[in-house]
Amino acid sequence: MTKASLFRAVWPLAFTLAAAAPAVAQEVTSFTLDNGLQVVVIEDHRAPAVTHMMWYKVGSADEPPGRNGIAHYLEHLMFKGTEILEPGEFSRVVAQHGGNDNAFTSYDQTAYFQHVAADQLGLMMKMEASRMTGLKLTEDVVTPELGVIIEERNQRTDSSPGALFGEQRRAAQFLRHPYGNPIIGWPGEMSTLTLEDAVSFYHDHYAPNNAVLVVAGDVTPDAVRSLAEENYGGLPANPGIAERVRPSEPPQLAARHLSFEDPRVAQPYLTRSYLAPERDPGAQETAAALALLADLLGEDPNSSVLGRSLQFDRQVAIYTGAYYDATSLDDTTFSLTVVPAPGVTLEAAEAALDETLAGFLDSPIDAARLDRLKRQYRAAQIYRRDSADSVARDYGQALTSGLTVEDVAAWPDIVQSVTADQILAAAREVFDPAKSVTGYLSPPPGAAPAAAGEPPVTDSSDEVSR
Amino acid sequence: MIRAVVTAAVLVLAGPALAEVDVKQVDSPGGIHAWLVEEHSIPFVALEIGFRGGTSLDAPDKQGATNLMTGLLEEGAGAWDAQGFAEARDDLAMSVDFDSWDDGVGISARFLTETLDPAGDLLHTVIADPAFEESAIERVRAQVLASIRSDSEDPQALAGEALAAQVYGDHPYGRPGQGDAQTVAGLTRDDIVAAWKGAMAKDRLYVSAVGDITPEQLETLLDKVLGDLPETGAPLPGPAEAALDGQVRVVEYPTPQAVIRFVQPGIDREDPDFFPAYVMTQVLGAGGFESRLMNEIREKRGLTYGVAAYLSSKDGSDLLAGGMATANASVGESIRLVREEWRKMRDAGVTEDELARAKTYLTGAYPLRFDGNGQIASILLSMQMDGMAPDYIDTRNDRVEAVTLQDVQRVAARLLDPDRLSFVVVGQPDGPAE
Repeated sequence: MTKASLFRAVWPLAFTLAAAAPAVAQEVTSFTLDNGLQVVVIEDHRAPAVTHMMWYKVGSADEPPGRNGIAHYLEHLMFKGTEILEPGEFSRVVAQHGGNDNAFTSYDQTAYFQHVAADQLGLMMKMEASRMTGLKLTEDVVTPELGVIIEERNQRTDSSPGALFGEQRRAAQFLRHPYGNPIIGWPGEMSTLTLEDAVSFYHDHYAPNNAVLVVAGDVTPDAVRSLAEENYGGLPANPGIAERVRPSEPPQLAARHLSFEDPRVAQPYLTRSYLAPERDPGAQETAAALALLADLLGEDPNSSVLGRSLQFDRQVAIYTGAYYDATSLDDTTFSLTVVPAPGVTLEAAEAALDETLAGFLDSPIDAARLDRLKRQYRAAQIYRRDSADSVARDYGQALTSGLTVEDVAAWPDIVQSVTADQILAAAREVFDPAKSVTGYLSPPPGAAPAAAGEPPVTDSSDEVSR
Repeated sequence: MIRAVVTAAVLVLAGPALAEVDVKQVDSPGGIHAWLVEEHSIPFVALEIGFRGGTSLDAPDKQGATNLMTGLLEEGAGAWDAQGFAEARDDLAMSVDFDSWDDGVGISARFLTETLDPAGDLLHTVIADPAFEESAIERVRAQVLASIRSDSEDPQALAGEALAAQVYGDHPYGRPGQGDAQTVAGLTRDDIVAAWKGAMAKDRLYVSAVGDITPEQLETLLDKVLGDLPETGAPLPGPAEAALDGQVRVVEYPTPQAVIRFVQPGIDREDPDFFPAYVMTQVLGAGGFESRLMNEIREKRGLTYGVAAYLSSKDGSDLLAGGMATANASVGESIRLVREEWRKMRDAGVTEDELARAKTYLTGAYPLRFDGNGQIASILLSMQMDGMAPDYIDTRNDRVEAVTLQDVQRVAARLLDPDRLSFVVVGQPDGPAE
């Protein structure tokens, strides 16, 4: 039997559900170094551990034409040595201290993170600083890593008809915007990526004034500031970093429809997606309405609009879902999925989906269900405090998607303030038939019925890890 | 080469502070035992309930009954139908997840402190009075059949099933926990009720709670939620004999990338050599980017996105297992490399440096696992189901530290058996797989 030192600090007990829902302020502090590095500190003193995350405001949507996949390839190569670290040494040192490290690439950001004992924070900063501007790459470590990312693509995408279908759907959704390219890269382009491509992309985008440092755990803002100044303060800003402007989507005037056939598919399904506005700085109301809309339509089959209509009442589906990716630099997507019941065609399932959506738009929103959802959002504010890591991720993702610390802090209250009318208005705006993309995944006609099956791929898997 | 600037500076520092977890053992008036960690700084409770047995309790012709039963617990109970239950749960802003695996059934709940009483009532209703309505059975059965269809063509799932069938034969571990299309189609409401009575009983019950709750409150909660359970459940299946002949078996499947699984006999947790084996496995394949397998197959040759090996302990079987995925053309080379690492480790063990690095990682990482109420509750449940005492948390790092180079050499020679290391490949390997 042991004495507790694991739980040391006391959180403010300022919140009850019965109260009129003020969201609890996280213990969040933020400041910016002279070289432009923004720092966010999230305090959680329950365990002597810390998460150190470096987020860069660059992702696959910032790649030069013809070099799709270079953001993710570079992320892998960031473990291959710096002026003071041998290839692989970064991870080795983290492991020597019992820590874990990894990284991931997304459309708008690339992040590197370590989870270590709190007294190792300075060391993590020292190493992360060395690869912010001091990456050193040689052909002998770069070449095998190209094989690794090709196998990664094989594993994630080419082995899965659902993942291939998702890639095609995104390509159809975005005519011009680079969100239509896969993060890991189209096969033809990624296999031609070179050391020079990686180095050039690195110099263009990796700099303190294009990064956000998020530190969460058993730390104080003062200690983090002092360590950050010591380790990152001397790195030069890159004056060439400019605001990101990507090609914008032309107006969509015609509904798009794809049919993807693969002999491996045994469980057909359909998806429907629409271009949708994302959270914008100082203007998150529509995004909050769409977030609640996704929950109303698809959060839980037993209580959602799609689940009740398609799974319970009509019994034409065995699974339904709705997804909205609110945090994004440019316009995002709102998507719906229906897995039809045996004997129900995709066409019939799509018709039932459209009737359900039309009915939803024409009726008042179930006030009790909306209240329940908002109550869950309030409770989630308490549950989330159990994981400083996920709070850190929220900040990192938001701050590399054009949002501010104030926007992140304001989001819970904005969600609470959304009205049923705002949700319906947002739904009418987004669910425009002319702006829809509908996809069918099925086996080819005449294929043996016992061919493959795939669970639907949700839009939340938009990130590729090392 | 300028290495060491960083490393040398660090190694003199002490390891991370050891987290300490104050586990209280609670016994309710009704005789239900639980482990509790009080954590009053966030107003919620994480509660984990586990029952030993799980899907391996299913008879061959009823395979999938426990899985389907578990999926139905949230589809109606007491006076609630599926939708009524969802509303009641959402009114309390609580979460309840149900899970089954080959050795257990688990219920994982999270609720706000201020809802302690109604949350307990809800959990009691779900556990003691599930409805198993016919319409819900048909709905969830259709979902399970869809999942079986999916797995039937997922190379990873196919490899797992083929390996289990090969290794365990007629033991329940050899059959898929969710059943197959035929057994699931044949399950009746009576089968599901029988699975419920067989799986959820006091003679196989484990509970942990972490959060804003006192021992007295937990005692009351335990009797309310679990007091009505039957005393005894269905007989456990007993140990499984593992058939391991060192062969490579290929399941032909059209995919650009083959999935490879490999397995050989493992080691019991109670074995005095368990910790040396654990440290050895860390160096061989469990250490992520630092492991020998990862270094040889991914870092040096770029043949895979990931390869790992780990000790797999079930109630009735201990294995040393691993897996990877690679291009069809690289299957033969990859298998050869895995066997080569097996032989190297068996013949020469690990180096001083590898041993030291594995120990600092394992001892440093252990306290970092205990981060968050939900995470701690889940660890405490696993510890109980694995037969550990609460003081394991205090002694575990000492047992890792005590492992010597000679210990690892001895266990490597004893345990590693390249001739019984058996492979399953799902894909279209070019040429002979070995």
